[in-house]
Amino acid sequence: MAAIVKVDNVRKTYEGGFEALKGVSLDIEEGEILALLGPNGAGKTTLISTICGITVPTSGAITVGEFDVENDYREARRLIGLVPQEINLEPFEHVQNTVRLSRGLFGKARNDAIVESVLRDLSLWDKRASKIVALSGGMKRRVLIAKALAHEPRVLFLDEPTAGVDVELRKDMWTLVERLREEGVTIILTTHYIEEAEAIADRIGVINNGEILLVEKKDALMARMGQKEMRIELAEPLDAIPEALSGYNLQRAENGCRLIYTYDTAAERTGITRLLNDLQASGLVLRDMQTSQSSLEDIFVGLVRESA
Amino acid sequence: MNWYGIIAIWRFEMARFFRSIIQSIVSPVVSTSLYFVVFGAAIGSRIPEVEGVSYGAFIVPGLIMLSVLQQAIQNAAFGIYFPKFIGTIFEVLSAPLSAFEIVIGYVGAAAVKALMIGLIILVTSFFFVDITIAYPFWMIAFLILTCVSFAMLGFILGIWAKSFEQLNLVPLLVVTPLVFLGGSFYSISMLPPVWQTISLFNPVLYLVSGFRWSFFGMADVPVVASLVAVFGFTALCMGIVWWIFRTGYRLKS
Repeated sequence: MAAIVKVDNVRKTYEGGFEALKGVSLDIEEGEILALLGPNGAGKTTLISTICGITVPTSGAITVGEFDVENDYREARRLIGLVPQEINLEPFEHVQNTVRLSRGLFGKARNDAIVESVLRDLSLWDKRASKIVALSGGMKRRVLIAKALAHEPRVLFLDEPTAGVDVELRKDMWTLVERLREEGVTIILTTHYIEEAEAIADRIGVINNGEILLVEKKDALMARMGQKEMRIELAEPLDAIPEALSGYNLQRAENGCRLIYTYDTAAERTGITRLLNDLQASGLVLRDMQTSQSSLEDIFVGLVRESA
Repeated sequence: MNWYGIIAIWRFEMARFFRSIIQSIVSPVVSTSLYFVVFGAAIGSRIPEVEGVSYGAFIVPGLIMLSVLQQAIQNAAFGIYFPKFIGTIFEVLSAPLSAFEIVIGYVGAAAVKALMIGLIILVTSFFFVDITIAYPFWMIAFLILTCVSFAMLGFILGIWAKSFEQLNLVPLLVVTPLVFLGGSFYSISMLPPVWQTISLFNPVLYLVSGFRWSFFGMADVPVVASLVAVFGFTALCMGIVWWIFRTGYRLKS
């Protein structure tokens, strides 16, 4: 699939010398959902702001839909919708008017049917005449999304859309994101909630200290980096791992009542059968056993720690 | 040109004006009426005519200028400062709008608001004093140019200001004294010679003088000087606005 957003070796050094982006290159494919993960201060928001034209890059080039974001900023920006991290809304304006304003700013003629459909999609239609100051936090976030969608963008940036949002609204947003993707909108979201990325993203990008550490298909990433753990509950606690089992990657836990075996799912042999035989041969009695796959969170924490 | 974008900003700003209709329209009308009562009727009745014009009528152009300057600056400054303060400026900066278009939207709305208030005060003054307008075309021209140039000054102020205090400081400490000392309520020929000379360095004098000339055909300074001053000031403000957007000063990081 063709890249709709191309970021080529973009650097951003703020006044005072802080380098927020250290030569970031990234291709975002049309129609995909890309989740950008990274700790606070990693450069996620700076990267988004730079693509959207709010921050001026120190060097490098960015195109959106083949339009350069500096030289052809009008065409490039028309394609983009941005939902910022902070709830930035004019408090005394009405919901419908502020959504109309956004559509106008992006150069589109007034179209009440589209504004209505966006507001209905976000369950805001009943609140259309309310002042923003009277809305709850979750509703305000919906208004931000409605504003970003008012000009029918092809690329939508969601900068931590579900921070501080209750479970129900978070699920609603995931549904909305899924529907937008079906309509062909490319979605880039930054998030702290790794479960969010795991649930909805096609590809995952990890960014830390202004550098992209990796961008990979979610499934491939989890398969490649995913390690599995087998937890073996013992009937009797062990003081030490028996000599016969020292060849395995085993750890004692729960005061010796549990053994943890870590193995790679992608390896040709997991070694489980042999381990079980050797456990039996050592005379150990097993009470229970369970396996679990490491989550994206573990992968993420591992990557960020490695790069630090 | 992104006309829809310009209109969107303009409408949004005008909506703010009409949301606070009492503050926007009633308060300048009330305060101007008080000026007429105090300066025009109470004190003015004891002041002889100024070059053939009754004192009550003489102060009309100055009063209009006083309100128009304050309103143009305040509206434009607040219009751009508030989005910066609450963070909604991101939307304007990320929209497909050129700097020029953003300025037309904000400055245009502030200038129209100031113009409306100027005209309302003019109409109000008809109820208090007898005035005729000698050169209506020039009267409107001076009024519009003043609205636009001072709205631009307000826009610059709103971008420069980092706090509400700074936002109010310039109109309070700079503009109001300049208007009062710029011959709004007197002809500078009434001043001692030294102060007459000092007054010539006050840019507002040229505005008030030119504006008053369009009413009564008399001026403290030549009309051409007034025109040059208004155009010069407008050009200076445009230059600063251009520099702000070129460098992203206090707008973009």
